[in-house]
Amino acid sequence: MSLIQFFNVTKQYPPNITALDDVSVKIDKGEFVFLVGPSGAGKTTFIRLLFREEVPNRGQIIIGGRSISRLKRKEVPLLRRNIGIVFQDFRLLPDRTVFENVAFALRVVETHPREIKPRVEKALAQVGLSNRARMFPHQLSGGEQQRAAIARAIVNNPGILVADEPTGNLDPATSGDIMKLLEEINRLGTTVIMATHAWDIVNSMRKRVIALQHGRLVRDDREGGYGYEA
Amino acid sequence: MKLRTAGYFFRQAALSLWRNVWMSLAAAASVAISMFLLGAFLLLVFNVNHIANNLQSNVEIAAFLQVDVPRQVSLHIQDQVRALPGVTEVTLVPKEEGLQQLSQQFGSEQDLLAATGGVNPLPDYLRVRVADPQSIQSVAEAIKAIPGVEKVNYGQEVVERLFAVVRWLRWLGVGIIAMLGLGALSLIVLTIRLAVYSRRREINIMKYVGATDWFIRWPFFLEGLWLGLFGSGVAALAVYLGYRLVLNMVGPAAVFVPLIRDQGLLLWSTLGLVAGGSLVGALGSLFSIRRFLKV
Ligand SMILES: Nc1ncnc2c1ncn2[C@@H]1O[C@H](COP(=O)(O)OP(=O)(O)OP(=O)(O)O)[C@@H](O)[C@H]1O
Ligand SMILES: [Mg+2]
Repeated sequence: MSLIQFFNVTKQYPPNITALDDVSVKIDKGEFVFLVGPSGAGKTTFIRLLFREEVPNRGQIIIGGRSISRLKRKEVPLLRRNIGIVFQDFRLLPDRTVFENVAFALRVVETHPREIKPRVEKALAQVGLSNRARMFPHQLSGGEQQRAAIARAIVNNPGILVADEPTGNLDPATSGDIMKLLEEINRLGTTVIMATHAWDIVNSMRKRVIALQHGRLVRDDREGGYGYEA
Repeated sequence: MKLRTAGYFFRQAALSLWRNVWMSLAAAASVAISMFLLGAFLLLVFNVNHIANNLQSNVEIAAFLQVDVPRQVSLHIQDQVRALPGVTEVTLVPKEEGLQQLSQQFGSEQDLLAATGGVNPLPDYLRVRVADPQSIQSVAEAIKAIPGVEKVNYGQEVVERLFAVVRWLRWLGVGIIAMLGLGALSLIVLTIRLAVYSRRREINIMKYVGATDWFIRWPFFLEGLWLGLFGSGVAALAVYLGYRLVLNMVGPAAVFVPLIRDQGLLLWSTLGLVAGGSLVGALGSLFSIRRFLKV
């Protein structure tokens, strides 16, 4: 069975905005998926439904065999511990070092203190920031800040990594580095779902592409390109 | 909850209090003021009540008989009064003795008798003590209903005025304290709200990385609880020391102002204040958590 399944998912916002319209899709464990579409197509909504910041008005979302709209409030944090999240604007805490920003994700899920240091160091090594651990976010470049955010997202070893326009604030060269990092994380077994506007990135990677438009799923290509500018 | 997690919550709550230190102080001071006033009012009401009871239990009923009843009848009335429920002691004061007492105040007995044409104008009267001060009025009425009794007096007015003061104080106190308590509560709510607001980025990230609701809430709950606890602790100390001071000042005059010297009352009311303040703090933070910390 697929890791993530959307069955006829519809999400509406008041008063009458349909952000997602009858979307059905399956994503297997270990896949790398681009979520593309023009602004307002429903990409962010799709991601918010995934980690249950929102619940669908109709339809079902199954992750790891469980319907996530049926989760009890107490179970939601457990779902989220298995989903790493990366945003366009990094969302690092400005008053803490890179190390502490990453460690934060472990501390607040009550990880044993002895495990924190080695796991943070491993995550920082993985994103190539070992020598920036003691610095504060404002001392880092945008690309480095996004790496720190990715380290925070993967430090708890989630099975799924979702990224909402992670390269949106970065120049093309830095974006390329971030994409290599995400590809590497995917190669180690994490399912990666990334929403993006960057057609050049999508075209160069030849990964699965799920395209949304006006909230509808309009295309799902195994090794696709962006497709709208064409 | 694990011990180190508790440690984390304590540190976070302390940090948060410190971050908005002026707001925290204002909230704690507001709790302190309302709890101090509550304590002062409580002790005042208790004491006025105590004094009123004290006065009342010293109050006797004086039942004046009709001037012309023979001694035989007076004695019979004395027996009837003694048989009333709640009466502990009845003394018959014959008119001769009454005259003697009067003349001790006004000079010679002869002069008084002369002034009234040689006839003792006084009636026999009964001095009556009752077991329960609260029953004094009903006993007085029962005595008045006995044939041959002319008039019944007791320190009704003073006592009733005191009880009226107590009643009035109670309402006033409840009103003022409810208002102050509400003020303290809203200051706590505001403080927690501010704390939540200044940590909104952290809270947001905590949610995304899968912290549980209560893990996020605990520090804020503690923060409110502490504000209540600090404030009421200060208030309780002030009430305690203040009352001791009043007792010392009243010291020699205690016969006239019989204050409650029972340590138990002081202990329970200070403990009550601390409990009340903590409750205000806990309620304030729970309310803020529900309203402003939708996790
Ligand atoms: N909280 C909300 N309340 C009301 N409407 C919303 C809300 N969030 C999103 N929408 C609406 O839902 C639609 C889809 O929004 P969404 O953010 O999913 O688009 P997107 O594909 O992520 O766009 P972008 O590429 O600009 O980020 C839009 O019309 C948006 O205005
Ligand atoms: Mg978006």
